[in-house]
Amino acid sequence: MHPILSTVLQRLALGIMTLFLVSVIIFSSIELLPGDFGEAVLGQAATEDTVAAFRKELGLDKPAYVRYFDWLGGVLQGDFGKSFSGRASSGIDRSRAVVDLVGPRLWNTLFLASMTAIIAVPLSLFLGITAALYRNSVYDRSVNAATLTTISFPDFFVAYVLVLFFAILFPVFPAIANISADTPFWERVYKSALPAMTLTLVIVAHMMRMTRAAIINLLASPYIEMARLKGVSSRDVIIKHALPNAWAPIATVIAFNLAFLVVGVVVVEVVFVYPGIGQLMVDAVTTRDIPVVQACALVFAATYIILNLIADIIAIATNPRLLHPR
Amino acid sequence: MSDTNSTENYSAAGEVGQVRLKRTVFQRAWIELKKAPITAWFGLIVIAIYIFMVVFAPFVAPYGEAQVFPDSYAPWSDEHYLGTDQIGRDLYSRLIYGGRNTVGIAFVTTVLAFVIGGALGLIAAIDRKWLDQGISRMVDVLMAIPSLIFALVILAILDKTTFNLIIVIAVLDSTRVFRLTRAVALNVVVMDYVEAARLRGEGLGWVMRKEILPNIMPPLIAEFGLRFCFVFLTIAALSFLGFGIQPPLADWGSMVRENASLIQFAQFDLKSGLTPLIPAAAIALLTIAVNFIVDWFLHKTSGLKDEH
Amino acid sequence: MSTKKGKKGDVLLDMKDIVIDGYSDERWHEIVKGVDLKLHRGEVMGLIGESGAGKSTLGLAAMGFARPGCRLTSGSIKFDGMELMGMPEKERRKLWGSRIAYVAQSAAASFNPAHKLIDQTVEATVGHNIRPSADARTDAVDLYGALQLPNPDTIGERYPHQVSGGQLQRMMTAMAMSPRPDLIIFDEPTTALDVTTQVEVLIAMRDIVDQFDTAAIYITHDLSVVAQMADFIKVLRYGEEVEEAETRKMLKSPEMPYTKSLWSVRSLEKPEDKSEDVVISIKNVDAAYGGTVKVLHDVNIDVPRGRTVAVVGESGSGKSTTARVITGLLPPISGEVLFNGEPLPKALKERSKDQLRKIQMIYQMADTAMNPRHTVEEIIGRPLQFYHGVTGKQRTDRVLELLKMIELDESFLDRLPNEMSGGQKQRICIARALAADPEVIICDEVTSALDQIVQEGILKLLLRLQEELGITYLFITHDIATVKAISDEIVVMFQGRVVEQGLKSEILNPPHPDYTQLLLSSVPEMDPDWLTNLQNERDAQT
Repeated sequence: MHPILSTVLQRLALGIMTLFLVSVIIFSSIELLPGDFGEAVLGQAATEDTVAAFRKELGLDKPAYVRYFDWLGGVLQGDFGKSFSGRASSGIDRSRAVVDLVGPRLWNTLFLASMTAIIAVPLSLFLGITAALYRNSVYDRSVNAATLTTISFPDFFVAYVLVLFFAILFPVFPAIANISADTPFWERVYKSALPAMTLTLVIVAHMMRMTRAAIINLLASPYIEMARLKGVSSRDVIIKHALPNAWAPIATVIAFNLAFLVVGVVVVEVVFVYPGIGQLMVDAVTTRDIPVVQACALVFAATYIILNLIADIIAIATNPRLLHPR
Repeated sequence: MSDTNSTENYSAAGEVGQVRLKRTVFQRAWIELKKAPITAWFGLIVIAIYIFMVVFAPFVAPYGEAQVFPDSYAPWSDEHYLGTDQIGRDLYSRLIYGGRNTVGIAFVTTVLAFVIGGALGLIAAIDRKWLDQGISRMVDVLMAIPSLIFALVILAILDKTTFNLIIVIAVLDSTRVFRLTRAVALNVVVMDYVEAARLRGEGLGWVMRKEILPNIMPPLIAEFGLRFCFVFLTIAALSFLGFGIQPPLADWGSMVRENASLIQFAQFDLKSGLTPLIPAAAIALLTIAVNFIVDWFLHKTSGLKDEH
Repeated sequence: MSTKKGKKGDVLLDMKDIVIDGYSDERWHEIVKGVDLKLHRGEVMGLIGESGAGKSTLGLAAMGFARPGCRLTSGSIKFDGMELMGMPEKERRKLWGSRIAYVAQSAAASFNPAHKLIDQTVEATVGHNIRPSADARTDAVDLYGALQLPNPDTIGERYPHQVSGGQLQRMMTAMAMSPRPDLIIFDEPTTALDVTTQVEVLIAMRDIVDQFDTAAIYITHDLSVVAQMADFIKVLRYGEEVEEAETRKMLKSPEMPYTKSLWSVRSLEKPEDKSEDVVISIKNVDAAYGGTVKVLHDVNIDVPRGRTVAVVGESGSGKSTTARVITGLLPPISGEVLFNGEPLPKALKERSKDQLRKIQMIYQMADTAMNPRHTVEEIIGRPLQFYHGVTGKQRTDRVLELLKMIELDESFLDRLPNEMSGGQKQRICIARALAADPEVIICDEVTSALDQIVQEGILKLLLRLQEELGITYLFITHDIATVKAISDEIVVMFQGRVVEQGLKSEILNPPHPDYTQLLLSSVPEMDPDWLTNLQNERDAQT
């Protein structure tokens, strides 16, 4: 088998293994719940029968590993169980399927994240690469100082400063991003402007610094010096000699920061009351709606793992040593 | 042209070596400080002020942490420098106490994360066998879940006490400390002097304490600064979301959340509008200060000097 | 651009009063302090000096180039009448890779891993419009052939990681030669290679430089190598010129004592001494890394007491692995190590403190062999305390005694490793080994990282200590000059096997087994005709 293929397959298997273990961890968190949480969910007035029925629905009478595989089986078919909320002590069950709660929210979050990525990725690559090329210039130093400052800001600080300027003092964009399923595309973009700007600022600072470091590292290679000593022009040194070797570090930087973005949405969605999966998770944590929390956590973790997997595969597929084996 | 070291009059002791003047730790520190850039000075001064505030909070704050006044949402005045919050507590006093809680808890958490992660990282680096494999794989899996998300899952289940908060964040963060400690310790473990100590028959304790630890301190100290910032921001974010430090304790994250609605009055009363941003800015300022110092420290110790 | 070649004998490069600064410890230091350098067309100059002499920096300055962290401070660099100092980089770049070419020390790192070798070979030639691409490629294949590369037609289609180190180094020479430059700078091109590979590369490089009558600056720290390549030699030290002379004249009658010291090690020769009393005996040892990759095959070595056994071989021969087996770091998969007739436990952990004490080790890199955070007193004092329980004032006194023994004084007591020179550090390592009061010391390439003059001092010290204390040395090295200087017996190793063992006189004089013959004949000698003679000899054989 071609070494690229076998390495990629190995990496894929490792990714699936990690995802599996992560699901075990997330599932077992429910085991930490105190024994009387049934009453807590259903209310103090719940009868013993309703509590017992609820426990049976959760399968608490079965051993943990059986429950885990039941749950995993459901998850693989897109069934994350039913939410805890909407249940009453009387035993009337108005709870909704977790998938119906998470699905539309996930779509909203993906919209916000893509909108951010479309602006942030090219911008930070541009800033990072130019800062590395004009290293120690005034430009580099100011970009550096600005990004060092920005990464020190809590997300909500950036968010509120933007709100103060662009929603309150100069009302250009709405402070609340109340979109719904039938909001037209451009209105969505308009309403998501401030959350997207917040995320962009935070991500660009990180991504630009990492890109700069990766490029500087690359430019210190002896083969770059050799290229210069062959009289290759500055432009060609970058395009022909640095770039073919830059895909792996750049992919790693992008994946790392998109994963970072995924976490950043939680706080930003809360600030702007954006109906995404982050906001949903925060609400579910507040009400201890465990099935929803688990589903959200699994979605976040899966995104994280998949992004890193893609970066690894790009790094493998662009490695000349693997592309052209001995 | 010098021919002093010809074969005939060669002397080993006379060979050129970099002899350093003997100075005390304080003298050296002062010499370094005098050369420090303005950003590092800025960081040091800010941190000094924060430490003072944290230690002497009860003397600096005009009122008590949870002392309630009849006026809620009072504007800035001589009585209440930053006004009062939704239930009439003095915001300036809460800002000072909040610093004590947020900074203090973040510090304790970071120390705990370093004790756990550092010790495991060192052991893994020396052992290099099943223990290393076991811990490393476990850390890989834990790190596949973003730590804020993981913290949310745990805090959804456990009671929201300060103790639980510290443990959860410390354990999650210790994975990163573990990775770094293991990586830098691995660079030291392969050194000949460690092998020499093992050949001498030295025990594990000696090798860890005397041979490895002193040589991995600089990157660990820098990492401590960065991890502190990260933990500090995570705790602030959790508190902002309502899962961190719980009332009546004051803390900067929840202060932002509680007073966030004031921001919409900025057109009418800019000062009130700025109120929720002040605790957020306090967080930002400390993080910047620490980052500046870490930057300077890394520049000093990495040996990677940028050309000028 | 036009490459109008001048006549042979015209001045090609004229550097005057060159000063180059380097940035370290937050300030600028002079690395090259006002050196002149003149080179005529078709001449090859050897630039020789030890580490830190500024020879590479000066070599690059001949191209008008300074590495990051360095700057050309003052002086004049005239290449074919053009002043490079102050010339805009755009203009200098027109010369680089067309009229001046560079061959770097590490070929493996200096080729771009992402491109085919032939593309990199012709890049400068095509980029400077010296020849059209197709033409340059045909020529590159010819160059590969001239440089004795295998399969010259197809080797260019390979990627850098697909060919060996010696081949890459020749490939880089082809790359430098492709535009037919007026001047090539060779920057330690064979330092990273084994001696047997080095010979092949040297022959190939010399022939091609001769063939095209190219002027060259050959930078190295090895006088015997430069003697084969250069018409005249310039010796540098601490950024200043020591002397310059025609090669034969310099070898015959060097003027400056420093120049003489450059080959002082070669004049050292210990008379051999036979002994039947065996202290360490390695019996039928097989060893493997990770339990799978077998690196030692049935190794048998006897080490006589109070004598020096030199183990020689190239990289991968298993000489260092043998040391690891003796010390217990790598337990053998079969066979045993006898110490004074008693078998030693295979693994380090099973050995007693006394067994550990009796076999000490000195490393190649004194820098990494000492903890940078420990003072000399702690470094030497620790074995005293650990093995002999000596503490306090007694310990300090004994450390002072040991310091005296290695010709250092009490001012070294509280120094840290980075406050000493390379030679002093290696002496401290010797003292640390002595502190254990050992019977055997394993010396792993202990002099190969040191400058020549310092090497001599260390070897003399080791010999004196052997005389005074009767210590046995197992001396691992790849350097034949060192072997001659110190050993009684020699063990030759090749690919994990012992080729032969015997007294120095037996091994160094014919008849030899094939490999020993190849190894010994490949060691450059201080004779400008050595390479030519060797080439003729080898050609005659085939």
